[in-house]
Amino acid sequence: MKGVQSILFSQKAAPYIFILPFIISLSFFWVYPMISTIIMSFQDIGTGYSEFIGLANYEKLLGDSVFHTAVKNSVLYTIFTIIILIPLPMLCAFLLNSKNVVAKRTYKSIIYLPALVSVVVSGILFRYMFSEMDSGLMNQILNFFGIDSTQWLKNWGTGMFALLLLATWRWMGVNTLYFEAGLSSIDKVLYESAEVDGANAWQKFWHITLPLLKPTRIYVTTISIYGGMAMFLESYMIYGGNSSPKNIGLTIVGYLYRRGIEKNDLGYASAVGLVLLIVALAISMVYLWSSGMFKKEDK
Amino acid sequence: MKSSKKVLTYFLILLMAFFIVGCSSNSSKEEEVVGETTTVGPEDGAKLEMWLFVDLHQQFYTEMLNKWNEEHPDKQIQINFTVYPYADMHTKLTLAIQSGEGIPDMSDIEIGQFPNFLDGEVPWLPVNSYVEPYKADLVSSRLDAYAKDGNYYGVPTHVGAMVMYYNKEILEQYGIDYTQIKTWDDFTAAGEKLKEASNGEVFMTSVDTGGADWLTLAMSQYGESWVEDPENANVQLKSIENMLTMQQGWLESGIAEVTPGGQIDTEEGYATVANGEVAAFPKASWYMSRFTDYMPEMSGKIALAPIPVFEEGQARSNGVGGTGTVIYKESENAELAAEFMAWAKLSEEGGEKIWDILGFDPVNTKVWSNDVITHNPDNKFVQYFVNNPFDVFLEIQDEVNLIKTVPITTTINEAFNLTTLNEVLENGADVKEALAAAQEEVDFEQE
Repeated sequence: MKGVQSILFSQKAAPYIFILPFIISLSFFWVYPMISTIIMSFQDIGTGYSEFIGLANYEKLLGDSVFHTAVKNSVLYTIFTIIILIPLPMLCAFLLNSKNVVAKRTYKSIIYLPALVSVVVSGILFRYMFSEMDSGLMNQILNFFGIDSTQWLKNWGTGMFALLLLATWRWMGVNTLYFEAGLSSIDKVLYESAEVDGANAWQKFWHITLPLLKPTRIYVTTISIYGGMAMFLESYMIYGGNSSPKNIGLTIVGYLYRRGIEKNDLGYASAVGLVLLIVALAISMVYLWSSGMFKKEDK
Repeated sequence: MKSSKKVLTYFLILLMAFFIVGCSSNSSKEEEVVGETTTVGPEDGAKLEMWLFVDLHQQFYTEMLNKWNEEHPDKQIQINFTVYPYADMHTKLTLAIQSGEGIPDMSDIEIGQFPNFLDGEVPWLPVNSYVEPYKADLVSSRLDAYAKDGNYYGVPTHVGAMVMYYNKEILEQYGIDYTQIKTWDDFTAAGEKLKEASNGEVFMTSVDTGGADWLTLAMSQYGESWVEDPENANVQLKSIENMLTMQQGWLESGIAEVTPGGQIDTEEGYATVANGEVAAFPKASWYMSRFTDYMPEMSGKIALAPIPVFEEGQARSNGVGGTGTVIYKESENAELAAEFMAWAKLSEEGGEKIWDILGFDPVNTKVWSNDVITHNPDNKFVQYFVNNPFDVFLEIQDEVNLIKTVPITTTINEAFNLTTLNEVLENGADVKEALAAAQEEVDFEQE
């Protein structure tokens, strides 16, 4: 009894006890699956058997042109989403923060609303919007301007456009809220003193807002990288399944799903998953490094 | 001190990001696996669990089960049916087998998915002895479709003979007699005539970028198969090349269009047929139910006929699609389940229900020549079509080949349905080059 009490009241043990729930869930749902994925990636796994085959899965990945397409799609999708979903929401947040905008709350709710719609629902809507038939919404718009209907979901560029439009529509509000929070934490005094020094609106934005938003920007970019690399459901819904013409909508996770579940080859799929982890980690590390994250703080 | 705090902060950001990655891939899995469960049969009967992926099939099994329980008071069965969406059911079954838990006593498996479930140690009961009493009357190629090492693991549902569906109304309007079309040359000529007469309003047919039915048909006609040697698949075949070249020609001269939706068995495809945009297309017998279900307004306009051939004497059909029912060998009531399933699907009375309820050409050919069943005036398919479907089935009875589905078939279909057919039919790529590229993709998997 005393022993238990001494542990409970011990200054040294307390922090560990507090983080124990987190450690346990982390090891069950993250460390354990991760380790078994690493082991499985060196195996050939079928129904009721598994054997070690060394690096064969990884060697196969090197020559797998479909996998290369998937990596290309995922990486480009990620880059494009970042190009769109960082500056635009920042601008939105800036405008929402300005004194001259009326009904801010209404605007905020409206741009946030799409994030609450399930990807399954919005994906199906976008599928119909981008239908290749003349009755599809996007083709109707084209026809209105006198342009011929196009096969949106059969070409790489237009297919990527559909995916990006869905992502923009969905995530615009969320990212705007992040930046809004970042903006409101900037001390108003800074702006006032800048005004006293005669700075114009642009100078205030460039020299105060932008630098002080850096932590928010880095956070949003990092989660965008992971979100982009992990994209699967959007493509799955827009193409009505995991297969798109010439694999234009195939992502790394989509390929993992195709190999592991659809083709019942979990060993190879594990290798795909690990490569995804490495690629995502590498991109974000390079980004964090280049934005000065790992540098020692300026004195 | 300060900098280490900062590192910690970014470590936490990274960690959160991992969780976001984790969560987003989890959420995709949540939507699946919602099935509808129905229990049929007496409480004191042997209890069986069955998974299916088509709602209508449950109606068929239910009728057969009630009949079985009436006729076999000593062998009462109660089945708990669960209907899942197609992909979900197969995924769930794969996972059940991999984990060895929650495997149903019986399950329907689609023919294209079947090889996945014969991999490694087969968990299913060989049904050879249960099939034996009916075997003489069966189209044997359908049993082979679900066989491994001489054991039959799946009980087939139908033959799936391909026929040509002609829109008789349109063709008559433009003065074309479809019964005179015997070869693809005749078909092409009719297409030219139709284009002229309708001012290009109506296409003779539509070609698929999202399905390989035209290609398996061509292989059957030439007696070839891309999986002649299952370990060494070869897609650079004369039959495929001829078919694709002919289709490219049709597209160029404007007598065919690319099927909206990739193939005719899609919502876009039904719209194409119902609008009278195409005058003919080849599809398996089971497409008849698509007409009665989705295009009731076309009743009395559609006729069935044997498919044209490249050279006279070639096979005029091919068996497409299918559902094999497997029985889990560890099931307590495996033997009873096998006996029931073989009777339900392969006996003459079962065949009659398969035709009446599902509109399939049953595997038991005794049904085909039983006029009482096939010419039953109350049958919706007999009422719907211009001619009697079984007149056509009997005519092509011995010409229904089977291109076997083997493990590499998934890869071949993927290569063609995603890339090759799009390259050839949408982008006008050179057929030989496209086939060489497809071969490369297939070879990559079978090294």
